[in-house]
Amino acid sequence: MNAFDSVASLLGNHLVMPARMHLIVAPILLPLVTAALMLILGEKRRRLKALVNLSSTLLGVVLAMVLVYSVHHGAAPGGLDAVGAIGIYLPANWQAPFGIVLVLDRLSAMMVLLTSILGLGAIMFAAARWDRAGVHFHPLFQIQLMGLNGAFLTADLFNLFVFFEVLLSASYGLLLHASGSARVKAGLHYIAINLIASSLFLIGAALVYGVTGTLNMADLSNKVAAVTEADRSLLHTGAAILAVAFLTKAGMWPLNFWLAPAYSAAGAPVAALFAIMTKVGVYAMLRIWTLMFAGHAGASTGFGMDWLLIGGLATLTFGTMGLLASRQLGRLASYSLIVSSGALLSVVGFGQPALTGGALYYLVSSSLGVAALFLLIELIDRSRMDAMARAAQEGAGPLAGAADPFAAADPFAAVDPFAANTNLDEAQQAVIGRVIPAAMAFLGLSFIACTLLITGMPPLSGFVGKLLMLSALLNPLGMGNPGGSVGAEGWALLALLILSGLAGVIALSRSGVRYFWSYPQERPAPRLRVVECLPIGLLVATCVLLTVQAEPVMGYLQAAADEIHSPSDYIRSVLATQPVARPQAGPGLQ
Amino acid sequence: MEAMIAVAIGVLTASGVWLLLRPRTFQVIVGLSLVSYAVNLFIFCMGRLSISREPIIVPGVPTDLMHYDDPLPQALVLTAIVIGFANIAMFLVVLLASRGLTGTDHVDGDGDAE
Repeated sequence: MNAFDSVASLLGNHLVMPARMHLIVAPILLPLVTAALMLILGEKRRRLKALVNLSSTLLGVVLAMVLVYSVHHGAAPGGLDAVGAIGIYLPANWQAPFGIVLVLDRLSAMMVLLTSILGLGAIMFAAARWDRAGVHFHPLFQIQLMGLNGAFLTADLFNLFVFFEVLLSASYGLLLHASGSARVKAGLHYIAINLIASSLFLIGAALVYGVTGTLNMADLSNKVAAVTEADRSLLHTGAAILAVAFLTKAGMWPLNFWLAPAYSAAGAPVAALFAIMTKVGVYAMLRIWTLMFAGHAGASTGFGMDWLLIGGLATLTFGTMGLLASRQLGRLASYSLIVSSGALLSVVGFGQPALTGGALYYLVSSSLGVAALFLLIELIDRSRMDAMARAAQEGAGPLAGAADPFAAADPFAAVDPFAANTNLDEAQQAVIGRVIPAAMAFLGLSFIACTLLITGMPPLSGFVGKLLMLSALLNPLGMGNPGGSVGAEGWALLALLILSGLAGVIALSRSGVRYFWSYPQERPAPRLRVVECLPIGLLVATCVLLTVQAEPVMGYLQAAADEIHSPSDYIRSVLATQPVARPQAGPGLQ
Repeated sequence: MEAMIAVAIGVLTASGVWLLLRPRTFQVIVGLSLVSYAVNLFIFCMGRLSISREPIIVPGVPTDLMHYDDPLPQALVLTAIVIGFANIAMFLVVLLASRGLTGTDHVDGDGDAE
């Protein structure tokens, strides 16, 4: 802890505060400071900026690991000693509910870690060449990470809005990165829809504030039961409008028609990072619904749960049909995001801790899998286009158009380093264009791994996640306690989970056959760069680790699920944490 | 006063939504602006409407909400205005880029505008 103490004593010497406490705000400050630094560096020093960005993101991963470790071992920084698993940080040193609060519990620590791992994968991939396709990629990337981490850590409704806006503003820039008409068109729709969703967020938050007089989620949780009957419908209206804003981000049917065009138009590393964006909406729903409408909410208990369940099932159905109907790999990956959103939302609608635990595992595994797939698609498309260009048979070939609809808009099309045998990147001469003999094998095996992860087939972590969810569905009273009826909605979710997996297998293996087996016979081996294969390997390896270490991981996630379903510790920690006393006020200040 | 404000917000929202559903990007951005004005007014009103009450404690006046205005929505609306303004500026840039790339101001970049 000495290193933390010395760093933190530089930051906050005037406050007598255990320095470890500042660790909670670090996942927000680190990307912010990095982004500011990179803005100062200017556009010319791309290599230096890539290096700074990489090391900052790597530091973020280490930081998130420290946070997860400390939360899991009951030694979260800040907070009450009695409740060691929940860390509280009061940024303005005002007690809740008057000041803003950051809360670190198991769920938020896990989401921060997931974000940083996805971020690391995306930035490694982007550093190879994507970051040069437009301006300010690196600062925007870090601001996006800051918004994501902030949204996971905050315990205040309006603060959540601000962090949503931070991450959305950065995502507008990232989606438009490298420009091109397809991206601008998708971006136009994406921005318009998100601006409307933000307006709805504000209306919902204002209504909730108008009825309860608080924006602090823990305080809100206490006040929901006491709302008068006359105001209750107003509170429900506010919560429902808020939910529409979250569900638009989460991609619930029918609020998700923007998702597939936007995500498949985005650049590969951007799309990989966006894999976590739908999960922000799911996270917000889970957090706010378990706090506001769980068992202690009086007449409001269970409000909206049916709608969530039905909406989730509809999303699953929509995503499944989308998977079967898509030919383009980018759209396949987008629809698999919609499928996982649907599964997660319906689980939130069930409100069972055991089911939520399995769903959290599925969330982590499917986010990593889809992110890896988005990165892989770029490599597959590129190597295929390369082969097509070299084969140069009968014009463009039957599938070139389908393989990359953005060929005209691709900023690299004019100076494709592979097609023209030129080199964009002098310093990496040895790596660029080196033919890895196993390149094709790597692409194929990674594609199979992604397919297994996304569809939930054994032996990778997707299977473990789905198995956990299915077994929780079939044993509503817990494992080893027979009895309890599964119910029609339980059977519906069970059937849809299995069907969506089947549809995923059909769709992805059909694409796999088309992309890997129906090549021209005399094709050359694809050329891959090690730096671009590494992040895919990293994401898949994380999933393998999740599978091998499924038991401790699941122990953590189940504890996280139990924690959010019985939020009394959370509420007590937030409201009882005292601000830090100043050592002494200066004589002039009195 | 409440009824008047409510009608004003309602008219702004209705016009905004109608414009949002129009096919030209310029109409969409004006619609977004109207909706964001309406939302800002709405947040402001959630602190309850009052005339000539201080939001900050004044010596000699009893400290309860009967004698003061709620300062929090005023702070919230400031934040919301700034964020909304920046977002609409961003949308304007994308709108112009789309116009430049597609040569039409239709929201889908193709088809007949109107």
